[in-house]
Amino acid sequence: MMRVMLPYHLRTLARIDGELQLEVAGPPTLASVLDALEARYPVLRGTIRDHVTLRRRPFLRFFACAEDLSHEPPEARLPDAVATGAEPLLIVGAMAGG
Amino acid sequence: MSTVRLLVGTRKGAFVLTADGKRQRWDISGPHFAGWELYHLKGSPAHPDRLYASQCSGWFGQMIQRSDDGGKTWEAVGNEFKYEGVPGTHQWYDGTQHPWEFKRVWHLEPSPSDPDVVYAGAEDAALFRSGDGGRTWQELPGLRGAKGHLWQPGAGGMGLHTILLNPSRPERIFVAISAAGVFRSDDAGKTWRAANRGLKSQFELPDPDAEVGHCVHRIAAHPSRPDVLFMQKHWDVMRSDTAGEAWHEVSGNLPSDFGFPIDVHAHEPETIFVVPIKSDSEHFPPDGKLRVYRSRTGGNEWEALTNGLPQKDCYVNVLRDAMAVDSLDPCGVYFGTTGGQVYASADSGGTWNPIVRDLPAVLSVEAQALP
Repeated sequence: MMRVMLPYHLRTLARIDGELQLEVAGPPTLASVLDALEARYPVLRGTIRDHVTLRRRPFLRFFACAEDLSHEPPEARLPDAVATGAEPLLIVGAMAGG
Repeated sequence: MSTVRLLVGTRKGAFVLTADGKRQRWDISGPHFAGWELYHLKGSPAHPDRLYASQCSGWFGQMIQRSDDGGKTWEAVGNEFKYEGVPGTHQWYDGTQHPWEFKRVWHLEPSPSDPDVVYAGAEDAALFRSGDGGRTWQELPGLRGAKGHLWQPGAGGMGLHTILLNPSRPERIFVAISAAGVFRSDDAGKTWRAANRGLKSQFELPDPDAEVGHCVHRIAAHPSRPDVLFMQKHWDVMRSDTAGEAWHEVSGNLPSDFGFPIDVHAHEPETIFVVPIKSDSEHFPPDGKLRVYRSRTGGNEWEALTNGLPQKDCYVNVLRDAMAVDSLDPCGVYFGTTGGQVYASADSGGTWNPIVRDLPAVLSVEAQALP
């Protein structure tokens, strides 16, 4: 089971309390994790990635195992530690207040 | 006794303000959707407890929320706003063409007769319609066919901010876009044409007959006379007696004819309200005095309404969707400021009281009179 941590506003929107556990078929990628997340919580569609282009929204970032994965291709495999649930995938709202 | 419900959208959430028909003591609930920008909330005239809200964020994009119990509980509905076909391009600041990109919903306008039908005005400017209570949205693309390639965003973005529906003639719709102008459809939104004749924008548009490109801030009409339109333009307060075929200026004795909102008295179709703002480079009231101006003659002759409003050191703005009237008698008038105050008048503007003083910057105010 994978672990995913969403930013506060998306947890509120999806009515999720704390960290989320998510089943993903096959080796997880950013794309497959987001597919599974949006299938379970349709309210999150369009909030992390664009409805049409599926590109990451500019002020959201992906982190895991102390690495910034935000610019990885959506089909790239996530680290094994994320796949096994040893480490969470962090979906983070960028600090963009200015 | 009647109840009045105000739906207030702010930079950091929504607030629902309620009072009995005297409109003296108010209960405040909120913030709903704390931390999000609530551009606009509006109730269905056909089912007043059905509310729609535009919730958005620079981080997470657009959400549409719907309530069926007057704002006690909410459900997120559809947030996919897809331009029909190839979106095409509009004019950009440097004169080049720029692709249409959805940013947010500025305004929601529920149908007067069907609670499941609601229109959404978007930035980049387009009109969307939902027939299933906001779950899915379809663009009415004919609007962008009205010389959309010549529309250009103003400083606040290219948003569709006004949607006027006509209960007795549903095929006629007016919309207004910043900074493109007014557009009219006579076939329920399939085809559109510009309705800007008579508008003068000489500093932005050297062509005095420019069909589009006018910086219209807001238009309003009385339900009993839907083809008589009033407009607060960037500069100038305007009026059309011909369903937008021609406009003439009615700024008269206003201290400034710059401003954002304009609204019409619920029972007097010739009584209109504006809030003069000093200028486009100084977005605050002239002389630091917050004054609503009322004309009982459909424009040209204006009186300042100051009783209960700050008359010194006031430097707030009142945004285009932040004024509303209720349908009680006497008519209630309401407006919210960028300083977070919401002011109410229960006597058509004669006296004012702040309902609340310290909300986040107010983006929109709508009023509902409930039995």
